[in-house]
Amino acid sequence: MFAYIMRRLLMLIPVLIGMTLITFSIVHLIPGNPAQVILGETANQTAIDDLEESMGLNEPYIVQYGIYVSDLVQGDLGTSLRSKSEISSEIWPYIAATFELTIFAMIFAIIIGVNAGIISAWKQNSWFDFLAMLFALVGVSMPIFWLALMEQWIFAQELGWLPAYGRQDSRDPIAPITHFYVLDALIHLDFPRALTVLKHLILPSIALGTIPMAIIARMTRSSMLEVMKSDYIRTVRAKGSGQFLIIYKHALKNAIIPVLTVIGLQTGVLLGGAILTETIFSWPGIGRYVYEAINYRDYPVIQSGILVIAFIFVIINLIVDILYTRIDPRIKY
Amino acid sequence: MKLKFSFLLTFMLALILVLAACSGDGGANSEADDGENESEAEETDTGSDGGTDDEAEAEASGEQVLVFARGGDSESLDPSSTTDGESSRVTKQVLEGLLEFDKESFDLLPGLAHDWEVSDDGLNYTFYLEEGVTFHDGTPFNAEAVKTNFERWADPEHEFAFTDDGYVYSMYGTMFGGFKGDENHVIKEINVVNDHEIVFVLKQPLGYFLQNMGMSYFGINSPAAFEEYGAKINENPVGTGPFKFVSWSKDDSIVLEKFEDYRKDGLPKLDRVVFEVIPDNAARLIALRSGEIDIMDGLNPDDAAGVESEDGLVLHTRAENNFGYVGFNTQKEPLDNKQLRQAINYAIDKQAIADALYAGYAVPAKNPLPPSYMGYNDEVEGYEYNLDKAKELLAEAGYEDGLEIELWTMPVARPYMPDPETVSQIVQNNLAEIGIEVTIVREEWAPYLEKTMQGEQQMYMLGWSGTNGDPDYFLSSLLHGNNVGSSNRSFYENDEVDELLDKAKLSVDQDERAQYYQEAQALISEDSPMATLVHSRPVMATTDAVKNYVPHPSTSESLAEVEIEN
Repeated sequence: MFAYIMRRLLMLIPVLIGMTLITFSIVHLIPGNPAQVILGETANQTAIDDLEESMGLNEPYIVQYGIYVSDLVQGDLGTSLRSKSEISSEIWPYIAATFELTIFAMIFAIIIGVNAGIISAWKQNSWFDFLAMLFALVGVSMPIFWLALMEQWIFAQELGWLPAYGRQDSRDPIAPITHFYVLDALIHLDFPRALTVLKHLILPSIALGTIPMAIIARMTRSSMLEVMKSDYIRTVRAKGSGQFLIIYKHALKNAIIPVLTVIGLQTGVLLGGAILTETIFSWPGIGRYVYEAINYRDYPVIQSGILVIAFIFVIINLIVDILYTRIDPRIKY
Repeated sequence: MKLKFSFLLTFMLALILVLAACSGDGGANSEADDGENESEAEETDTGSDGGTDDEAEAEASGEQVLVFARGGDSESLDPSSTTDGESSRVTKQVLEGLLEFDKESFDLLPGLAHDWEVSDDGLNYTFYLEEGVTFHDGTPFNAEAVKTNFERWADPEHEFAFTDDGYVYSMYGTMFGGFKGDENHVIKEINVVNDHEIVFVLKQPLGYFLQNMGMSYFGINSPAAFEEYGAKINENPVGTGPFKFVSWSKDDSIVLEKFEDYRKDGLPKLDRVVFEVIPDNAARLIALRSGEIDIMDGLNPDDAAGVESEDGLVLHTRAENNFGYVGFNTQKEPLDNKQLRQAINYAIDKQAIADALYAGYAVPAKNPLPPSYMGYNDEVEGYEYNLDKAKELLAEAGYEDGLEIELWTMPVARPYMPDPETVSQIVQNNLAEIGIEVTIVREEWAPYLEKTMQGEQQMYMLGWSGTNGDPDYFLSSLLHGNNVGSSNRSFYENDEVDELLDKAKLSVDQDERAQYYQEAQALISEDSPMATLVHSRPVMATTDAVKNYVPHPSTSESLAEVEIEN
């Protein structure tokens, strides 16, 4: 097991270096130079040249790439062209924001998705099954920005129950420690603020969690249906176990493996691809960070941001693989 | 497994119910809430009654907090090292310059300098500085501090220039003719007479030198802060302004708080100001309606009428300080033909564009200069939509059978051009009427700017926004022959115009300057190097509890006098 994890981690290195090469090439293939974008239409040529020079963009690509990789190996993610700050110090709040949102979105997606899938399989072809799967179909094909705007309109503007944007009440902010605001508020033992932060999480979590929820529900249902037909379930049933126990104890354990794969993949997708939700709910996450960087042609941020996202994605998949062995001892590496 | 799942499910449902229940009660209950629930009550008072309950809460806790929401984050809090308007919008509250602009115009008022004198030859500018002013860090403000700031911008070798960290002061370069050592750099030396008197000695007169001093880009930072923060000065502004910088979480919010020792008595009125980033226009309006924010920048013109008639909201417009245009590459076939350019200019229906795109919050433009500016020539006739004249001129130009032409369309929206795609379609249809077939060319923003600078285009779209309120920034940048290959993308070269612009730049007699600019506009209009479209008036909205908020045409206004009223 340990050897396996080490092997997987070592394999990460060539994968990540390959990633840097790809992002570096793509980024430099986008037409237009950052100095021009940063200075905008009112800039004259001298100003653009000066800025280009100072940002080190006059070096040949291969030299720029060499500098980038050698810095990276030393743990230096580079310096943002736009903010002039170290990316490694700047990126953490964005990662924390995205993680917090993703965790809550996935909690929502897993709890609702898995249970809806199980009940649908259990009561196959019932009205519940029919409704749940219709709902899942709608959920999968839902345009996120539309769902998000509808949520804001109904719950923030019309009903006034929940806040429309941001991570916390901007009139009464938390002093960040970990930048996971729920955690920060709890560390301060500040329960009213923790509640405020939780309320800010509800709408974006639902918006972000809807698609994974629908995918998880469908996957759970089909996986459960398959397992329910297997011999050992018949044996358990013959033993006289109750239906509830059969499903949640015996069937779910085997059915959950493919669901876990989907959960792992979806978590990875949410971490990197939450741009729409992050934009509409003004959530300062990693997706927005990279998106703004693309607008500014902030090369180091694009490269390092994508690298960090890729890294997280790989790690999550590794965790999922390890979880398999915990759930199903027959799986060995 | 079973237990865990059902427990979690129940827990989640319970949590959702509890949260919904806490927030369900309207303003009435939260009024009775004790202090501890302050934040939560404030959060939840988001009924259809706009922000009034919110402010009641804020008042109850004795704090006046204003939340200003905009579409994008600041790039830097060192305004001189960026050209970004979102940066100076914030630093305007923290840093002050030697002079200030009037609330609604670019007229000059005293700033950190209470008086100033200009020598007759226009080469010596003496500023008398306010006494007893301190920076937020306690450092006394004096002439030496002013000198340090200006030398930092002018001299890339200066110890606080931070050149190695990527600092470039491009706005300084544009406004003062370059940097130390450059031929056209106008500031020869800066002499400190005593703590409260400073003299700027120029190499040659600069007609808009004083206007530059009012720009929020040239706010004075504490010299001690340069020592302390070094190249991190862009995240730690320390000025003399009404608000102190507190914190900045990127792409999220910037928090400022009242500076108790502000030099103007009784100001600022607010205790704290929070600049929030809400990228989506629709979401921002919802947040305003639900009372989570107090001021929103960047309202869609189409929403303006709705906001105006809505209870609890107030519509604001900025005075026009820009114009959008369709430019002609005057040095390239076929648009090197003046009559053709005039014909096209007559054929474009500016009023239709103003109505279709700005919902009436724009006026057709006849000069490449906002009407409120000094030296605006109202006698220029311009090119009012007239198909007969257009056809006549087209025939004179030798194109009675029509022609094909390329129009480059801006890929991004700007305040002066909120919907470039629609504008290009209107222009395309307009020109089809006189037999000109327009092909629309699309480029990404950065290559668009680069290639139009190099003159690859025939017709193109762009606009210009003012910063120091001086005509030179519009007319010279866009139409002076020296700027061909740079910001003069129309490749317009007219010696007479150049001479007038040069004379106006070198004169310090403002009446004389106005005269030169008027003459230049008449010549430019005749040559028609661009079809000026509209001056837009950007709209924004506040809750009705926000008092004394006056949007400035430069987009950076002081919030010192703003109050929140119940």
